[in-house]
Amino acid sequence: MRRIDANNSSDSRPIGRIHSLDTFGTVDGPGIRFVLFMQGCPLRCAYCHNPDTWDCGGGRQLTVDEVLAEIEPYIDYYRRSGGGLTVTGGEPALQAPFVAALFQEVKRRFDLPTALDTSGFCEFKHVERLLDVSDLVLLDIKHFHREQHKALTTQSNDRVLAMAEQLSRIGKPVWLRHVLVPGVTDGAEHLTALGRFIGGLRNVEKLELLPYHRMGVYKWNSLGIPYPLEGVQPPSDQDVARARQLIELGIEQTRSSTLMNSKGSLTS
Amino acid sequence: MAVTEKHLPSGKTPDDAWRGFAPGSWMTEINVRDFILRNAATYTGDDSFLESPTEATTQLWSIVQDLSRKERIRGGVLDVDTHTPSTITSHAPGYLDKCLEQIVGLQTDAPFRRSVQPFGGIKMVQDACEAYGFTIPEEIVQLFTSIRKTHNQGVFDAYTSEMRTARKAGIITGLPDAYGRGRIIGDYRRVALYGVDQLIAQKKRELLARESSQLTEDLIRSREELSEQIRALAELKTMAESYGCNISEPARTAREAVQWLYFAYLGAIKEQNGAAMSIGRISTFLDIYFERDLQEGRLTEKQAQELMDHLVMKLRIVKFLRTPDYNELFSGDPTWVTESIGGMSEDGRALVTKNSFRILHTLYTLGPAPEPNLTVLWSDKLPDGFKRYCAKVSIETSSIQYENDDLMRPHYGDDYGIACCVSAMRIGKQMQFFGARANLAKTLLYAINGGIDEKLGIQVAPKTEPIKGDVLDYEEVLERFDATMEWLAGLYMNTLNVIHYMHDKYCYERLEFALHDAEIVRTMACGIAGLSVAADSLSAIRYAKVKPIRNDKGISVDFEIEGEYPQYGNNDDRVDRIAVQLVKKFMNKLRKHQAYRNAIPTLSVLTITSNVVYGKKTGSTPDGRQAGEPFAPGANPMHGRDRKGALASLASVAKLPYDDALDGISNTFSIVGKALGREAEQRGTNLTALLDGYMTQGAHHLNVNVFDREHLLDAMEHPENYPQLTIRVSGYAVNFIKLTREQQLEVLNRTFHGAM
Repeated sequence: MRRIDANNSSDSRPIGRIHSLDTFGTVDGPGIRFVLFMQGCPLRCAYCHNPDTWDCGGGRQLTVDEVLAEIEPYIDYYRRSGGGLTVTGGEPALQAPFVAALFQEVKRRFDLPTALDTSGFCEFKHVERLLDVSDLVLLDIKHFHREQHKALTTQSNDRVLAMAEQLSRIGKPVWLRHVLVPGVTDGAEHLTALGRFIGGLRNVEKLELLPYHRMGVYKWNSLGIPYPLEGVQPPSDQDVARARQLIELGIEQTRSSTLMNSKGSLTS
Repeated sequence: MAVTEKHLPSGKTPDDAWRGFAPGSWMTEINVRDFILRNAATYTGDDSFLESPTEATTQLWSIVQDLSRKERIRGGVLDVDTHTPSTITSHAPGYLDKCLEQIVGLQTDAPFRRSVQPFGGIKMVQDACEAYGFTIPEEIVQLFTSIRKTHNQGVFDAYTSEMRTARKAGIITGLPDAYGRGRIIGDYRRVALYGVDQLIAQKKRELLARESSQLTEDLIRSREELSEQIRALAELKTMAESYGCNISEPARTAREAVQWLYFAYLGAIKEQNGAAMSIGRISTFLDIYFERDLQEGRLTEKQAQELMDHLVMKLRIVKFLRTPDYNELFSGDPTWVTESIGGMSEDGRALVTKNSFRILHTLYTLGPAPEPNLTVLWSDKLPDGFKRYCAKVSIETSSIQYENDDLMRPHYGDDYGIACCVSAMRIGKQMQFFGARANLAKTLLYAINGGIDEKLGIQVAPKTEPIKGDVLDYEEVLERFDATMEWLAGLYMNTLNVIHYMHDKYCYERLEFALHDAEIVRTMACGIAGLSVAADSLSAIRYAKVKPIRNDKGISVDFEIEGEYPQYGNNDDRVDRIAVQLVKKFMNKLRKHQAYRNAIPTLSVLTITSNVVYGKKTGSTPDGRQAGEPFAPGANPMHGRDRKGALASLASVAKLPYDDALDGISNTFSIVGKALGREAEQRGTNLTALLDGYMTQGAHHLNVNVFDREHLLDAMEHPENYPQLTIRVSGYAVNFIKLTREQQLEVLNRTFHGAM
């Protein structure tokens, strides 16, 4: 049996720290979704549009039942559109036991599909139970190179890449996401390298390139934190298309070399 | 009295015109519904059959666009025929380009030349002419001042001093006391199906049936009205003849059916400049003619689309001469040529035909536009192909509004249409007395301020002691509010009675009523504005601490709120119940009063765009809204107060009881295109699910706006680049660039749902 996090294992009514919720989410997973924003994040991404979710001590404390009561009035919309529940943040994996309990109940009571939107910055062991009850993982790789990942988010990406591989190993459906920030994540070499990595994963159903935007800047200002990407402009549609091509090029490279290798092994 | 077979003109039965139609009682009595139910062919496919516009359509539309541009440069009105008061036969025929037009007929002898329609009131005509640089000849002014009395003059003869004060203060506003009341839908289809002669014969029989030894006032009025109706029908024939068409007989082809029907509508708008001149439910009716011609090989799909394009083009250039004031209230020169599309029959068949697609397709053949006001009667049982097409058109053009057919059908049957924005009525069997709206937020302030208007400083409602004390007490405010609403309901009903008595007397809709049954149901369509402001204010008083800030005369001119309070739009029963109760309470108070001509009182929660002007006229309110700030439109929650996303906001509105607001509950949903989903296919699915989900909750109406904020900001600076940018606002679509700057800002500040 998997061990549940010690802090919460004895608590039959786990409590989550919630930043906010949106009853009509349409861009985080398929269909119309209830989107729950968890409070608290281990990363400090320079382009974060929700810096108000960083502080692990903030937010409102809600029980699973309380969140379920918020979801229940709208399940008809989620069912009709092929949607469900997405938990994002902040970093939901920080509150894995709570989210796992929530997902389990949402499936049991409402039979709704669940999606976990994560940076992947966590230990696989810690989220194993959560993954069991997640139908889809939206995995956001912030940067493929360790040093730049650290510069961008304050943490190394060792755990993130390990998580991606673990998800592939267990065959969990993943929508892979990457935020395209001009001058930070849009280098050709970087994008192709990221593509080559993705090409090695067997569970990626969709690749979503999210153009960097500045709609969260006002939050930094109101929190009194200097905005690190001052002056950076959102990428153009053309930039996004180019980035996609580069990533796909990388994916192709991996896939064809895998194919060659397997062919090679057949012939030798 | 029903027409029986022996009444049909002998010798020349309309056999040829009715060839191939399934027979039924529609052949022996005036019964368009029966004709539709027996003959309409439900279409369950997709939009792949639709054709692109013909060369003629494209050429004609470029003429219209050129005239629109000139009109805009000219300041909003291109030309006015100031010399000829408009009647059904007043003007010589007019054309866009006679050689290209499949469907002919203009309000005057030239396109974009507006007529003067002084029967509602000469003052409005004078003011409008002056505002746009035209002068109305003195003899016309004389004629409608000292020789022919107008509706407007009649109303002001009878208004009490209290009514005048209430009107001035804006506690009731938008009253149709200076122009045509509108919101009456003639059954224009009757002219196509029966021809005018049969309709005249029927009216003559009805007149004969009203010969009695005891001629009561009602009977006398009825006889006079029927005689006027017969006269109007004869004039309609004359007008059609001037275009070379004999509409005495039923239409024999699809082209004739469209043309006959349009002539009937044209006659109505030449006679009346009503606030909303809706066309009814014509697309599925016309489909029956299209299908027959298609099967007979007389018509191709391309030609069928052309007929609809040319009809819709005419409906888009309906013009009335109105004052800039009026446009400020209702925005963008609206006419509310509302067409109701789709819906289900009472026996469970979808009334969706290929022509339901064709009329929506005009948004592509001619580009997006606010008119005609395309209204889809939504049911979750509508065919999937049609739902998908609607969603696609909504996302791409923002030019559709949706109303809940499953909710309305039990009340109005399956042959009702929408007048204006959200007012359902059985076509040809029911009419309404349009009553604009009362300002509920201001009423609350009167309750707090002892009946004194917070802006004008004058006594408007009956004098009571203003509420004292540092903090408003919920029970006390509620009790005072109840009494003030009681007063308002009585005053409001009396005012409407005066207006409609005079309108019937001096500005009677002869032709529109000629296209109704003799015995009809009448409703007195009252309305409220500021529901969300009033509900949130009461919630603030109850759940937070609200301190009035009084001026030197003791009038509360501002409020200080301590603490949080539940806000309407978050699916929170604590405040949503207050909103529900307000609707029920006010409706019940209206029900206590006798309405003119035994009309049934009804209520709408609808502002169209007048929420901006209402807000301007209302002082600061206890919910924290500052003096002059716009109200939310219709039944919408106040901008920026919904914190749980769109579905929670929709859920709050869906709680409002339709049975107590039978004239409609309007909700405007604005969404940035990208926020409906990342891919086109998913956006369509999501919008369809949104509509199904919302309507299944028992909601009434949803306007769908899909656009980018950036688009709108740019359009404010460069209106010339967005001649067709259509957005929907509560109950209606408008050209964004025709809005005043204030209205544009209000749209921009309105909650945009979803992230980018």
